[in-house]
Amino acid sequence: MLKQTEGSKAVAEAIALCRPEVICAYPISPQTHIVEALGEMVKAGELTPCEFINVESEFAAMSVAIGASAAGARAYTATASQGLLFMVEAVYNASGLGLPIVMTVANRAIGAPINIWNDHSDSLSQRDSGWMQLFAETNQEAVDLHIQAFRLAEELSMPIMVCMDGFILTHAFERVDIPSQQQVDSYLPPFDPRQVLDPADPVSIGAMVGPEAFMEVKYLAHAKQMQAIERIPQLAAEFKQTFGRDSGGLIRTYRAEDAETIIIAMGSVLGTIKDTVDEMREEGHKIGVLGIISYRPFPLEQVRAALLHCRRFLVLEKSLAVGMGGIVATDVRMAVTGTGLKGYTAIAGLGGRAIPKSSLHKLFRQAEKEDLPPVTFLDLDWEAVNKQLERERLTRRSGPAAENMLHDKGIVSAKFG
Amino acid sequence: MFQIRVHGRGGQGVVTASEMLSVAAFEEGRHAQAFPSFGSERTGAPVVAFCRISDREIRLREPVVEPDAIIIQDPTLLHQIDVFAGLKPGGYVLLNSRHSIEELGLGDLAKNFDSTRFCTLPATELGLKHVGRPIPNVPLIAGFAALSGTIRLESVIMAINEKFKGKVADGNIAAATEAYELVKEMMNPHPTSPLKEEEHA
Repeated sequence: MLKQTEGSKAVAEAIALCRPEVICAYPISPQTHIVEALGEMVKAGELTPCEFINVESEFAAMSVAIGASAAGARAYTATASQGLLFMVEAVYNASGLGLPIVMTVANRAIGAPINIWNDHSDSLSQRDSGWMQLFAETNQEAVDLHIQAFRLAEELSMPIMVCMDGFILTHAFERVDIPSQQQVDSYLPPFDPRQVLDPADPVSIGAMVGPEAFMEVKYLAHAKQMQAIERIPQLAAEFKQTFGRDSGGLIRTYRAEDAETIIIAMGSVLGTIKDTVDEMREEGHKIGVLGIISYRPFPLEQVRAALLHCRRFLVLEKSLAVGMGGIVATDVRMAVTGTGLKGYTAIAGLGGRAIPKSSLHKLFRQAEKEDLPPVTFLDLDWEAVNKQLERERLTRRSGPAAENMLHDKGIVSAKFG
Repeated sequence: MFQIRVHGRGGQGVVTASEMLSVAAFEEGRHAQAFPSFGSERTGAPVVAFCRISDREIRLREPVVEPDAIIIQDPTLLHQIDVFAGLKPGGYVLLNSRHSIEELGLGDLAKNFDSTRFCTLPATELGLKHVGRPIPNVPLIAGFAALSGTIRLESVIMAINEKFKGKVADGNIAAATEAYELVKEMMNPHPTSPLKEEEHA
C-alpha cells in the first residue's frame, strides 16, 4: 500500500512482513525508530511469533542474534556508528559461523569527535567482516532491499547489512509502497537453516579451527559472496516480477550511455547527484551516474563494464581512508585496472556535512575538465584547517583540535543545514 | 517544486508540522518529502524542519536553503537566528503570534516581503483553546494552507486524522479549521466570489 511515512517506520513494517522470529536491539541514533516501531508491533501482538529482546549493549544484540540464528530462528537487529563498532567481534563471528542474520545499519559517522550525523564510515569499517552490504538510495529501496536481503542471506547462509543513510533516509517522510504480506510470503520462503542447534539432533557450532582448515573456511565466505554476485541480479529480477518495481541489483546507471564523465556514489546522495546531472545534461554536458548498490560483494566486472566507454570518472564518497584517500574509490580503481581511465575521488558529507547541488555543479565541472587533484574534499573549510595547523606549528600545547576549530568557527553547539 | 522551512523550538512539534504537511500533500496525490534538521534536539532549543512538495518524484536530499515559504512557530526566534535566510522573492511567511506584524515592530521588515503573503496567526492560543495544549504546529499548517493555497484544509484534516485519534484529533481539527478561516479572513477581508475562492485554493 502506498503511504507517506517515515523511513524507519517503513523499514520496520517491511521487517515485520519478513516474519522475523527474534529481534534484538539496543537503541542508538539514528537507528532507534526502527526497533522502537518493531517493539511496539511485537507488544501489540501484531507480529507473532516473534520475541523482542531488549539487550544491554550492541555486543549483546549481535550475540543474541547469533544464538537465535543458530537455533534456527530468523533473526534481525539494527545499529549504527559506535554501536556497530561495539559489536564488531560478534559481527565477525556471525559471518564466520555462516549465520544469515539481517541487520540494518542506519549509517552514521564514527567519533571522536562525537557526531550523530550521517556518513558511511560505520558500515565501511566492516568491509572485510564477511557480511554483505547493500546500500539503499531511497526509503522505497530500503524497504525492498530488506526483503531481498533475508532471501539472499538465508539462501547463502551468510549475514547481510542493509545500509540506509541515517537521518537523511531514516527520519525522512516520503512516499513508500509497503508490500502485502501475500507478496512477501510468495517471495521469501520460511527460513530453512543449514545448521541448527537442536537437542534432538545435537551438533556443535563454532569449533576451533587450526591452520589445517582455517583458510578453507575463510575461502568459503569469499565463495559465498562470489555466488551472491550471481544471485543479487537474479533476486532483483524476481523481485520485480512479484512486486513490480526495480529495486536492488548490483549497480544502477543513470544517463550513462554516452557519458564522457561518470559520477559514482552509494546511497541517498545519488538523488542529489541525478538532479545535478539532469541540469548539466540540459546544458549539453555528457555526464552520467553509476550507483553502487552492492558494496560487498563488490561487483568488479559490472563496474568495469559500466565505466569502459567513459573518459573519466569521479567517485563521490561519504567515507575517508585516513592516510590514503577514498575507500569506495580504491575498489572502483581496482575494477578499471589497465583501462587507463582517469579517476578522481571526492570525499564529501562526512559527519552530516550537507552535499548541496551548487557544490556538485562546481565539482562535476572540474572533473569534466580534469582539473582536480586525485583526492579532493568537498566544501572543506581550508581556513579552519590551516588555522589549526598554524596553531600547532607555533604552540606545543595547542590544545584539543576539535574544540579549537569549533571556537574558531564561533560555534557553541553543533548544528546542521 | 515548493519548499517550506519550519522554524521553532524543541517541544513545539516542528518536525511533526513538516511531516504532517508532507502527509497532506501526499493525500492530494503529490510527491512530498519532509525531514528534520537532524540536530540533537532539546526542549527549547531552536529546531528546523523542511518539507518539499512536487508533482514529480523528489530526489534532492540537500537541506532547503531557498524556501518558498517559512513557518515560524516561535516569534522569539526572530531575535536569535535569521529565520528569513534564503526566502525566495514573493515567498510566504506565517508567524505564530497573537500580535499583528505592526504590533510586533516588524513593519519595516515586512516591507521587504509581499504583504499579501506575510501574516501572523495566534496559533499557540488556538492550540490551547481547542486541544488544551500550547502546541502551535497544527493551526500553523492549516494557516499555511489558507495563506499559500498549496494544500487544502481537507488534506490537513486527513493528516490530522492519520496522526491523532479521538478527542485529540477532534480538537486539532477544530483548531485547524479556525486557523484556516482566520488566515483567509485576515488575508482577504472582503469575501470574494466562489470562483475566485476556487482559484486561490
